[in-house]
Amino acid sequence: MELMELTALELGTAIKKGRVSVKEAAQAALDRIAAQSSALNAFITVTGERALDRADKLQAGVKDAESPLYGVPMALKDNICTRGVRTTCASKILGEFTPPYSAAVVDKLAGAGAISLGKLNMDEFAMGSTSETSCFGPVKNPWDPERVPGGSSGGAAAAVAAGLGWYAVGSDTGGSIRQPAAFCGVTGIKPTYGTVSRYGLIAYASSFDQIGPICRDAADCAAVLDALQGKDPRDGTSLEGQYGRLLDRLTGDVRGLKIGLPADCYGDGLDPEVRAAVLAAADTLKSRGAQVTELPFPVMEYVVPAYYIIAAAQASSNLSRFDGVKYGRRADEYGGLDDLYRKTRTQGFGPEVKRRILLGTFVLSAGYYDAYYIKALQARAVIKSGFDRAFEQCDLLLTPTAPAAPPRLGTSLDNPLQMYLGDVYTVSVNLAGLPGLSMPCGFDSQGLPIGAQLIGPHFGEEMLLNAAHAFQLDTDFHRQRPKDSICRDAQRVPARLETLDHRPGAQCAPQREGGGPA
Amino acid sequence: MNITPELVERIADLSRLELGQEEVLETAAQLEQIAACMDILNRLDTRGIQPMSHVFPVENVLREDTVLPSQDRAELLACAPASDGETFLVPRAVE
Repeated sequence: MELMELTALELGTAIKKGRVSVKEAAQAALDRIAAQSSALNAFITVTGERALDRADKLQAGVKDAESPLYGVPMALKDNICTRGVRTTCASKILGEFTPPYSAAVVDKLAGAGAISLGKLNMDEFAMGSTSETSCFGPVKNPWDPERVPGGSSGGAAAAVAAGLGWYAVGSDTGGSIRQPAAFCGVTGIKPTYGTVSRYGLIAYASSFDQIGPICRDAADCAAVLDALQGKDPRDGTSLEGQYGRLLDRLTGDVRGLKIGLPADCYGDGLDPEVRAAVLAAADTLKSRGAQVTELPFPVMEYVVPAYYIIAAAQASSNLSRFDGVKYGRRADEYGGLDDLYRKTRTQGFGPEVKRRILLGTFVLSAGYYDAYYIKALQARAVIKSGFDRAFEQCDLLLTPTAPAAPPRLGTSLDNPLQMYLGDVYTVSVNLAGLPGLSMPCGFDSQGLPIGAQLIGPHFGEEMLLNAAHAFQLDTDFHRQRPKDSICRDAQRVPARLETLDHRPGAQCAPQREGGGPA
Repeated sequence: MNITPELVERIADLSRLELGQEEVLETAAQLEQIAACMDILNRLDTRGIQPMSHVFPVENVLREDTVLPSQDRAELLACAPASDGETFLVPRAVE
């Protein structure tokens, strides 16, 4: 049995039945990480010793384990705080920050018997759509190391696709789980805003940020989301709900389910191969008894401007806390207190983060606040109403996740606006706080994965996962894996660090336990 | 929307970021392009629409105060670039 070919739930079952020990599973993943990860640059920090120690402890409790994920090794995006393990947000400004507390989701996963293999690479502060803005260098796509894996949870998606762990937990502010899942041929879900605690998630845009899983299939996503969701008094936006029964309710029965195709999501700017693959997915769901109808969705042109105004505004406010005083790195030389702030922030933030802070400060500044920020909040209300009307006509929406195949490394950061426009199908979901899922639905003529996005109403996770599960019962796109040889070849592809070279100071160094660069 | 170098310098100052002369010009050009895209929102009639900060209506929730342990001070201070064991250390803020 090739362990790495199992899904997280299959591995959980094998562990429960004693066919595989927890340590064997952890060691198998660590061996693959040692062989592949530096080529893909998927991990920032590998916590092998911790993982093996925990495997021993968990093994003792296998018999009494209730979680279907008990003993299954996974990894966390590096914007999720982990007590005692360096958490960088892929930014120089956090330096060697080692949180004195863990995020709520880390404790919840621990309760479900998870083993963390380490922390995953990402765009700096989750700002980017390509995982190239990391101060640790770009992540590469395991399907084609010349391509980006998407972002900002690019390390998470690449790791799951390349078999460096059985699932990953990322965050999604404007598509950061769904778009990399699409680009790497894996399944990811951003849950309804407020259903997973943000306590311990380093904030980017607080009214959009939401944690969720990236997995090999919809069933694994259901199991991980069951472990993650829940009311948490430490997150003021956390909601009460009926949590923990997604996996149990996964039937694959979509008879009578009304799936809407928003016409405005299939127009200009969409790659014909992506369009064909997503429409074929609609046909597959139809063949299982779903009803597919087209409907108008006339707000698409407003979603990117509204999203980037609000996200940048919240980012500029949230990131004011990085001032070289309470944690992270401080500039070596400075004059007074104000100069300390300026030097620390100028040296610590990368270009994309600075761009969004500046943009956010602009839209919030006197004279522009009403024209941009308030206008965007009004547009948000209009977009939310657009979804409300759509969900009066159908149960779910089906759209592409991204308009085209993953771009080549080094081609996106010079034109930020173009990169922002690529988020057109995902950001609307965050503006309205809805759940959204991306599932593999085909490959283009170059062999690159294509993702289809399902969008549901608030608390519609069960419907989304069930539709994706139904699709995956009839297709095997989610079972395709990139060849290991491609991942190894990634080593030879230059990381194109020139896109980062204009930052002062040295690149950040990846780290393994016991010090020393990996 | 015309984004001048002077405006970029003003928002950089508010953001506590230092930009070189070249960065100011580059940022002005990029922000102008981004702002032009954002001006698309002007096509949308938003008269009478309430700005939406949160998708779920947020209501005040009242409860009794309960005393809970908070983070350990020494652990928090250990994260700081400079501390004296009791407080964060910064350059003199008031002359």
